[in-house]
Amino acid sequence: MITWPNFVSQLVNGLAAGTLLALISAGLTIIYGTLGVLNLAHGAMFMLGGYAGFVAFQATGSFALAVLAGSLFMLVAGAVIELVVIRRFYSRPPEDQILVTFGIGIVLVEVVRFIFGSLTATVPPPAWAAGITSLGFMIYPTYRLVVLGIAAVALAVLYVVLYRTRIGLIVRAGIEDSGMVGLLGINVYRVFMLVFGIGAMAAGFAGIINAPVVSLTPNVGDSILVQTFVVVVIGGVGSFPGAILGGIIAGEILSLTSMVNPAYSDVMLFAVMTLVLFLRPQGLLGLAGRA
Amino acid sequence: MNRLTQPAATRRAVLKAGVAAGGGLLAAATLPAAARAAEDHPPIGTWPAGSEGDSVFIGISVPRTGTYAIQGEDELKGYLLAIEHINAGDPLIRAISPKTKQGVLGKKVTYGVADSEAKPNTAVEAQSRFISQNKAVLMTGSTSSAVAVALNKLAEREKVLYVAGISGSNDTTGKDCVRYGFRQCFYGQTAAAALAPKLVQEMGKNRKAAYLTPDYTYGHTVQKSMEEYLGKSGWTTVTNQVAPLGARDYSSYLLNVANSGAEVLLNINWGHDCVLSIQQAKQFGILDKQKLVVPYQVPFISKEVGPEVMQGVLAATDFWWTLQDKYPLAKMFVESFEKKYGYKPEWGANNGYMEFALWADAVERAGTFYPPAVIKSYEEGKKTQSTVGEVYFRAADHQLVRPVILVRGKKPSDMKAPDDYWEVIDIVPGEGVMQAPDAFGCKLGSYT
Repeated sequence: MITWPNFVSQLVNGLAAGTLLALISAGLTIIYGTLGVLNLAHGAMFMLGGYAGFVAFQATGSFALAVLAGSLFMLVAGAVIELVVIRRFYSRPPEDQILVTFGIGIVLVEVVRFIFGSLTATVPPPAWAAGITSLGFMIYPTYRLVVLGIAAVALAVLYVVLYRTRIGLIVRAGIEDSGMVGLLGINVYRVFMLVFGIGAMAAGFAGIINAPVVSLTPNVGDSILVQTFVVVVIGGVGSFPGAILGGIIAGEILSLTSMVNPAYSDVMLFAVMTLVLFLRPQGLLGLAGRA
Repeated sequence: MNRLTQPAATRRAVLKAGVAAGGGLLAAATLPAAARAAEDHPPIGTWPAGSEGDSVFIGISVPRTGTYAIQGEDELKGYLLAIEHINAGDPLIRAISPKTKQGVLGKKVTYGVADSEAKPNTAVEAQSRFISQNKAVLMTGSTSSAVAVALNKLAEREKVLYVAGISGSNDTTGKDCVRYGFRQCFYGQTAAAALAPKLVQEMGKNRKAAYLTPDYTYGHTVQKSMEEYLGKSGWTTVTNQVAPLGARDYSSYLLNVANSGAEVLLNINWGHDCVLSIQQAKQFGILDKQKLVVPYQVPFISKEVGPEVMQGVLAATDFWWTLQDKYPLAKMFVESFEKKYGYKPEWGANNGYMEFALWADAVERAGTFYPPAVIKSYEEGKKTQSTVGEVYFRAADHQLVRPVILVRGKKPSDMKAPDDYWEVIDIVPGEGVMQAPDAFGCKLGSYT
C-alpha cells in the first residue's frame, strides 16, 4: 500500500526502530570487537534489563528509576558473567564460546520464566510521554519518538566514551591488538570485564526503554538477537559506526518492505544481508581482515 | 526413529516376551472379552504393546515457551485434570463417558509432557519419542495449527491416534485431515459463519476491514473465511497485514492499517502476538478510530491487555466460564478446575479436558484400544453430553459438531468478578455453521 503519507510514516518508523536496533547491536559489536566473543546471550540480556527495570518500576513507580535500575543491573550482571564464565573461554575455540553464551542465554530466560511466569509484564511509559503526537503528515505514539531520542543520545554517549576518553582508547587498542595492550602494562582483563559490562548495559538499557513499547515476556529477546546479528553483519563486525548504520538500514528495510508486502519484511532483511556478504564480506564499515 | 520403522511383528514379539516375563500374563487373563477378541488383529502402531500392561501412556506436547506459552500451560492443565478425573472415575468424566469406572478400560492413564515451542518439528520429535519409548496409545497437544497438521501426519504414518489441542485452521479437519486425527474445538470456518452475521448486524453492511494475520495455516484460513463471509454483506478488505509468528514489533503493520482507511480491525493474531499487536494498536491511536474484532478468541487476552481496551470487542470462542449458568457439566468443570488451579479455566483448558473425556468415551465404547476399533467408535456419531451441551463427531472429517460461543468484552464497571471479562451474547449451534465435510478437500486415509 504505497501512498505518500504512508511512505513518510514508514520512513520515520524505520528510523525509530533502526535507532533502537543500533543501540542493541552496538553492545554486541563492542563485545565482539574487543573480546572476540560472539555473545549469543545478548537477546536474553535485552530481556533481563527489561525485567530488572520492571521490578524497580513495581517498587518505586518511577520510570526514570526503572531505566537506571535496568541499566545498572545489567552493567553489574554483565561484569559478573564475564568474571565467572566468559573469562575462562578466551583461550578456547570459538564454538565453545558460542555454546557457553548460548547456554547463558537459556539459563537467563528460564530463570526469569521461573520467577515471573510467561504472562506479559507491562511497564507503562512516563505520563508526559504517553499518548499520540501529530507530526502534521502523520500521527505517531509519543513514546516511540522519545525512544528514538533517548537511543540516539545513548549512542552519542557511547561514541564519546569510546572515541574521546582514555578508557575508550584502551578499548579500541584492545580491539586492534589485545596482546600488545597487555605488554604495555595495562590490565586487559579488567578492560574486558568493563567492556562486557558496557555491552550488556547497552542491551539492558534498550530492554527497559523499549519495555513500554513491546511488553515483556521471557522470550522478548529471541527475535531481537537474530535482528542484531543481521545488523552487525551488514554494518561490519566489530565496527561501532557500522552498528549504527546497519541498525538504521535494517529498521528502514523492515518498515519500507511492509508497505509493499508485510510478509516479506524479514525476507528482505536477510536478502540485503546476503547481498552485503557477497559484495563486501567485511560489512559496510568493517575492515577487511579484522575480527 | 529406527525403532519406529522396524517391522511391527518383531517389536511385538519382543514386547510380548517382556510383558510375559514381567508377570503380564496375569493381567492378560483379566482382560475384558471384547479386548481379547480384538487381540486377533495384526499389530498396528503401538497396539497391542501400548495397552498390554496395567497402564496406558498419552504423549502431550504443548508450547511452554514462546509466543503461545501461557495458552499452552492452560491447555496442559485441562489435560492433567482430565487424566486425574479419568483415573479417579470422577462424576464429570462419567457424565461424558458413562462407561468409565476408573482409568480407561480399567487401565490407569499415565502421561509425558514435552515443550513443543509451537514448532511442528519439535512436536513431531517429542511425539516420536513418546511412541517409540513409551508406546503411547494417544497423542495430543497443539496451540498452533501448523503443529496440529504435522501431528496429524505423524498419527497417520505411525497409526497412533491424535486428538488436536487448540487448532483454528480449516485445514486440520479439511485438506490435512487424517483417519487417525480428531478435533474438538471450533475453527476458522465456524468462527466466521457464526460471527459474521453478528458483525454485520452491529456494524452494518459495506464496511471497510483491515486484517492482522499470522503467517501460517491458521492465520490464512481464518482470514479467508472471515473475508468470504463478510464479503457477502459487502464488506471489503482494504489491507491484510501478514506478520510472522512471534513478531517483536507491529509498528510498520499498524501504520499500514492506520493509513488504510479501514473502519474495522480484525485481529487474527494469537497468543502473545495478539496481546502485543492490540497494545501497540492502542499506542498508535488506531483503536479510537477502528472497531477491534478478535475472530478467534485468545485465552487470557483480557487479563493481559486489560478490560478497558477489550470492552465492546466481539469475539468467537469455544468456551467461557460463565456458561456454567446454562450447562450443568460446565459448572462441574469450572468448579473442579478452579479448586485445583485457583483460577477460572479459559477455553484452551476446557478443550484439553473435553478431548480426553471424548477419547475415554470412544475407547470405552469400543471396548479395546485397537485403533481402528476406537476410530469406528468415534465415527458412530454418538451424541454425547459436553460442557456446551450435546455434541458428536462427524464421521466424514472427524470434526466435532459443537456450538460456537459469541462473546463481547465487558466494560470494567460491569464486571462482577475479577475474571468476569466476557459476556456471552450468543450460542450458535454447530450444524448450521459447518461447511460440507468435503468442502475443504478432506479425504480420510485407511484404517490400517
